Amino acid sequence: MEYVIMTTGFALAIFGLYGLLSQKNLIKIIIGFSIFTTGINIVMVAIGYVRGGIAPILDNEGISQIAAQKSIVDPVPQALVLTSIVIGLGVTALMLAYVMKLYQDKKSLNINDYKNLKW
Amino acid sequence: MGKKTLIVLLMVAMAAVLYPLYESYQGSEQLTELGQYYADNGVQDTGAANLVTSVVVTYRGLDTLGEVTILFLAASVISFFLSFKKEDRKESREIRNITEILTTASQVLIPMIYMLGVYIFVNGHLTPGGGFQGGAVIASGTLLMFLSNPDFKLSHKVIHYVESTSGVVFVLIGVLGIFMAGGFLDNRILGLGEVNTLFSAGAIPVIYTFLGLKVGTELSNVLGIFVESQNEQ
Repeated sequence: MEYVIMTTGFALAIFGLYGLLSQKNLIKIIIGFSIFTTGINIVMVAIGYVRGGIAPILDNEGISQIAAQKSIVDPVPQALVLTSIVIGLGVTALMLAYVMKLYQDKKSLNINDYKNLKW
Repeated sequence: MGKKTLIVLLMVAMAAVLYPLYESYQGSEQLTELGQYYADNGVQDTGAANLVTSVVVTYRGLDTLGEVTILFLAASVISFFLSFKKEDRKESREIRNITEILTTASQVLIPMIYMLGVYIFVNGHLTPGGGFQGGAVIASGTLLMFLSNPDFKLSHKVIHYVESTSGVVFVLIGVLGIFMAGGFLDNRILGLGEVNTLFSAGAIPVIYTFLGLKVGTELSNVLGIFVESQNEQ
């Protein structure tokens, strides 16, 4: 199970990188970046997986406290991914704001039209 | 042609970098030492049934404070960046007709979405969820409001006050922890209560409530800025 999740995560990261590099449209580049981030997040969650583990919530439902403590998955990577998702959201919103400003300037979303930083 | 080959080469290189990580990974049968500590002592230490919450809010509360700061910074940069002069504003934006279905459904759904958001952040210490998730749900309700009513304008005053008050209260609760309990952001300033009830886990529900309000208003504000800057010419 964990290998399926791990493979999916790495595949998503690679495909996101491909989108990031091959697309010309700025919005599509941002979408590629988001897919890349999602892949990395999935890999991080997969690292914390314990075989046959349950969600790290010890609410005594159907399983005793002691048994639950033995069978939960690692809560630390999940907390880190929670942070990472929120930061990713902020970065995406910031990138979209830049794209809006760039579009107002040149009325184009094609990255080839922006050569100010190219030497 | 050369560019395509270069991209493929770069992807192969990236895959080669990631492959050892994949190769060396083996599914674990038991928790790491740190994870085991949280599993054994998390409930006694913080009183929260949801261990992810106790890690996010108490054990690594300082991280969360930094995270909120980054989100605030992103929102402020966006509002600074997309600010526009009043005279540039083009009031007559072309808007497609909103269908009857969307307007009627939004009237039913928006209060329920807000209620779900509040439920998620109030119960963050018991069920999956918390301040960030609840705040995002609240912002999605605001998005539906913008979609169903293009003339809708957020009150910047309310947003501003709710956001800054929640941020200040979050830090104040953290500082109270220094004086009344073990350290910064210690949740034991309030009684831990009985595990698995709404009023338990000390200050965690309070912190998550203000965090949810802050994230919700912040994201709504970002959406509002994006919508408003559409009027710019």
